[in-house]
Amino acid sequence: MINVENINFYYGKFHALQNISMGMEANTITALIGPSGCGKSTFLRLFNRMNDLIPDTTLTGTVSIGGVDIYQKNVLVDDLRKRVGMVFQKPNPFPKSIFENVAYGMRVNGMNNKKIIAEKVEQALKHAALWDEVKDKLKKSAFAISGGQQQRLCIARALAVEPDILLMDEPASALDPISTSKIEELMFQLKEDYTIVIVTHNMQQAARVSDHTAYFYMGELIEYGETKKIFTNPDKKSTQNYVTGRFG
Amino acid sequence: MNDEIKMQQIHRRKRLYEAIFFGLFRIMGFMVVLILGFILCFITMKGIGVMSWEFITASPTDGLTKGGIFPAIVGTMCLIAGSMIFAFPIGVLSGIYTTEYAKTGKWVKFIRLMTNNLSGVPSIVFGLFGMSLFVNTLGFGDSILAGSLTLGLLVLPVVIRTTEEAILSIDDSFRHGSLALGATKLQTINRVVLPMAFPNIITGLILSIGRVSGETAPILFTVAAYFLPQLPTSIFDQVMALPYHLYVIATSGTNIEASRGIAYGTALVLIIIVLTLNLAANVIRNYIQKKIK
Ligand SMILES: Nc1ncnc2c1ncn2[C@@H]1O[C@H](COP(=O)(O)OP(=O)(O)OP(=O)(O)O)[C@@H](O)[C@H]1O
Ligand SMILES: [Mg+2]
Repeated sequence: MINVENINFYYGKFHALQNISMGMEANTITALIGPSGCGKSTFLRLFNRMNDLIPDTTLTGTVSIGGVDIYQKNVLVDDLRKRVGMVFQKPNPFPKSIFENVAYGMRVNGMNNKKIIAEKVEQALKHAALWDEVKDKLKKSAFAISGGQQQRLCIARALAVEPDILLMDEPASALDPISTSKIEELMFQLKEDYTIVIVTHNMQQAARVSDHTAYFYMGELIEYGETKKIFTNPDKKSTQNYVTGRFG
Repeated sequence: MNDEIKMQQIHRRKRLYEAIFFGLFRIMGFMVVLILGFILCFITMKGIGVMSWEFITASPTDGLTKGGIFPAIVGTMCLIAGSMIFAFPIGVLSGIYTTEYAKTGKWVKFIRLMTNNLSGVPSIVFGLFGMSLFVNTLGFGDSILAGSLTLGLLVLPVVIRTTEEAILSIDDSFRHGSLALGATKLQTINRVVLPMAFPNIITGLILSIGRVSGETAPILFTVAAYFLPQLPTSIFDQVMALPYHLYVIATSGTNIEASRGIAYGTALVLIIIVLTLNLAANVIRNYIQKKIK
């Protein structure tokens, strides 16, 4: 589904991702782990070309999704982003109502059938385990709910567009254990239709939800393989140290 | 023991400084309010005497010493509307351009430099420029059109700057959230950035209206009439304007002493117009702010 070949990425002169190649299969969950600043978010942003928005960056190598090089000239970035949804590290709802936040992606992509929008908004909010908490205040501002609820709103917002791939950058870092486990449950469900790439600092979470795990360190992909193997019997010492918490 | 005393002293000093500076800020704040209040009271007391239905609905008579100021009110309204129709869209659009599209680069630096310089140019220079370009070269003559364009140029930098600042103050995470959902840049600007920036952009509008309605120099050679009881029928007509009328009756009327009261009355009307427009803009701003929150 996703294929990365010989990627190098630079912020100005800073070499943030070094010679990375890996592939991810459809309908799997891949966890990206590694210490802060190792390049996980940068790597994740390659797949929906959000790095394009940062000035003075350089990318070499190829990233392809479904066999198509997404950095080709004729690829329409907004189409790509419709197919590759993203949930950010910090919740960033729009200053609009809860309903309008979820409907936003559909609206900008040309949907204006009110009935369908309302149905999908409800469905997305249910998926993101938020419906019960907000169903009576859909017209209220998205700023008037808690940080954890906002993050689930952002997940619902991404789901409402029905992408093929879902990129999640530490989606649970602002969530309490109950909503975290709801999100994890959701990810298992979503796996049937979506390909998920998730960045997480929570080793248990990575071990629980993912099929494959990639360990990054200082811009390099140190080890990538089945989650079970990475957590029980990794090839590299440094991976072992990190997943067992003996790192730095 | 010694340490404890020292700590207490430090705490006491901190609290003292706190008290002194807060007091100072409060006094300064009150001073500003006081001065403003004083000016308003002064003008009101001096001007209220001539206020009447006739004063605001009739034309001046008896060599500007009697009658009303209706043509000047209409003229000033026309100039406010005309200059805003010109300056507001252009200013907002170029503010959007410099912040959202051409973020860096020479072109933007050049535009910034020009707008900053433009806002430092004395308004009489705008008057001369307007006369030479709009009145003479383009052949608009002394007219609402020429005056509005001149006033529009005068406030363009204000509109551009406030638009830029309003847009720059919006965190990128909102833009990224929108783009990541497949929105185009234009959709992001229209649906996320502008609604959020709008309340502050309105501030630019308020400042501009205040400026436009009070300026005399830019309209002196481009539109203002000394005495013109007829109302304008097209944008190519001259009009009277409140600030210029005020200047005339206060300095060069036929009988300055006799028209003193009218001068204060004119000033009062001018202030009321500006305050009313500000109030209206504020109501709009609050309404929109409530709507997007
Ligand atoms: N916009 C930027 N400009 C310059 N350097 C950047 C930028 N964003 C990230 N970097 C640098 O690139 C490296 C990788 O950053 P990245 O955000 O991808 O790390 P991360 O693994 O997601 O860290 P965290 O776990 O803290 O989120 C860091 O050293 C960071 O300082
Ligand atoms: Mg990160």
